[in-house]
Amino acid sequence: MTKHFFKYALAFAGFALTAVAQAQLSIEITGAGANRLPIAVADFSGERIVSQALTSVLRGDLERSGMFRLVDPGAMPLAETTAVDFANMKTRGADTLVSGSVTPVAETGESRYETRFHLHDVLKQTTLGGQSYVSTAAQLRTAAHRTADFIYEKLIGEPGIFSTHIAYVVKTAGRYELQIADADGMNAQAALTSREPIISPAWSPDGTRLAYVSFEAKKPVVYVHSLATGRRHVAANFKGSNSAPAWSPDGKRLAVVLTKEGGSQLFLLNADGSGVTRLASSSGIDTEPQFSHDGQFIYFTSDRGGSPQVYRIPAAGGDVQRITFEGSYNVTPRLSFDDKLMAFVTRNNGRFQIALMDLTTRQTQVLTDTERDESPSFAPNGRMIIYATEIGGRGVLAAVSSDGRVKQKFSVQAADVREPAWGPFVK
Amino acid sequence: MSKMLAAFLITLTIAACSSQPTSEQNAASVEDRKPATVGAETQSVATDKLDEYSLAMLKDPKSILSKRSVYFDFDQYVIKEEFKPLLEAHGHFLTANGKVKMLLQGNADERGSREYNLALGQKRAEAVKKTLLLLLGGKEEQIESVSLGKEKPRCSEHTEACWAENRRGDMLYSGEF
Repeated sequence: MTKHFFKYALAFAGFALTAVAQAQLSIEITGAGANRLPIAVADFSGERIVSQALTSVLRGDLERSGMFRLVDPGAMPLAETTAVDFANMKTRGADTLVSGSVTPVAETGESRYETRFHLHDVLKQTTLGGQSYVSTAAQLRTAAHRTADFIYEKLIGEPGIFSTHIAYVVKTAGRYELQIADADGMNAQAALTSREPIISPAWSPDGTRLAYVSFEAKKPVVYVHSLATGRRHVAANFKGSNSAPAWSPDGKRLAVVLTKEGGSQLFLLNADGSGVTRLASSSGIDTEPQFSHDGQFIYFTSDRGGSPQVYRIPAAGGDVQRITFEGSYNVTPRLSFDDKLMAFVTRNNGRFQIALMDLTTRQTQVLTDTERDESPSFAPNGRMIIYATEIGGRGVLAAVSSDGRVKQKFSVQAADVREPAWGPFVK
Repeated sequence: MSKMLAAFLITLTIAACSSQPTSEQNAASVEDRKPATVGAETQSVATDKLDEYSLAMLKDPKSILSKRSVYFDFDQYVIKEEFKPLLEAHGHFLTANGKVKMLLQGNADERGSREYNLALGQKRAEAVKKTLLLLLGGKEEQIESVSLGKEKPRCSEHTEACWAENRRGDMLYSGEF
């Protein structure tokens, strides 16, 4: 049962990022699931010995997911070893209860803490399991996210995404920052700061690198940036524009858009920039490539049929197949990690909205009611789609569940936020 | 030098004969650039490499060469007839000044996908380039066309007038980028 996770936590501490002082990403929930599970999260015994309240992070995660309704557990801290008063919890309306403890670990050097918790089924009066993590005080938030992931997976039946990261671009007057934050918007850190635009960040499948387009050379150039070292290299800087990087599932290759031979066309190259080959040809625009996660296809936007629509081509090259047919503007195809769903941007009566297509049935549903939506990106469990939009004249990020019910808004005070990319599961 | 002078006389003649409306072009891209690019301007157009007379023309408000922008319709990248005289003048300039380089920056309005708009801006820059080369046989190596998509809007309101201003190709010369 015991699973130590401090190896991961130390690796994350090694990210070569600069903490962002003022611009914290705040999240508000604007829509919730239909049947939220009532859960009580008791204060963990001993958590007050460290400054951060672990259970408040845990409760925030569960509540923002839109899948849980928090039930008051009573004021007393409850250790995982303490016998549970199930009748009391049932009266309070909880179906499940989380209890736990935080205790200092006797070790030389930096002080560490062990977080233990149990998840209880109140109705069946049984324990559904638990875990323990060892971390520094600063990493207790991460322990809380791991706890939320465990609870989510046990009760919802799919992996949680509370330990994942999101990348996005914050624009203030004359300044662009590529930031990485925890999925709850905290710990925002800048990977790159520039006076020129940054767009199209894309996570490598292992979450260690970001590919993006930066205009710092007064034209779009594709870079690959290693988060652990802060080092980066130019992946594509040919005559003309270089943009829209997309990783192959093995993390070795990139699909990019180059204009070196005229027009915006799809090319493949190695992540180090070598081995450039042309993937497709059209007389119009081909752009916004994305690999399917099985590596078989590359989905992309093209105006080859007269209006911008989504197409796909085998990753090894071959016949192009049109995917979207309804309407005159369907762009930015992004696939869920099981390749079953495709999020894209569609234009309806001048409104740009996020739509979702079931790739098996080809049925399409518009998920949002905002007007300037762009850049959808799936969470790795396929449950949520984060995207950029505009609310009250400001660029914000929003997330919507793939059933359209759960809605969240992410904003930064006095800044425009755009170009979100949801990172992969953290190993 | 006399050849060059002749080229400019032709240019001036074209400018004089042109019935092209200037109202939507008064914002010259060079003056509008953000602080970040001002640094490039200070290294300025230095002098020993280029003919001073011709450079003066580029900044002379009385010369058509001081006009640098071509405007496009929504979702389009076709050069409108009214901009042909302007492109002809710049084509002459490029031919007469073989060492001068031009950067064409295509732009798009704010509606829709960033990457699709980047591609649209690229199409616009390339349409300007093709027209320049076609009209006067300028040298391919002199010109690079790139796109800024919707990332560097000159006008930032959500109005049709603003969008029209941003659907634009800009011609920049050595020292201006």
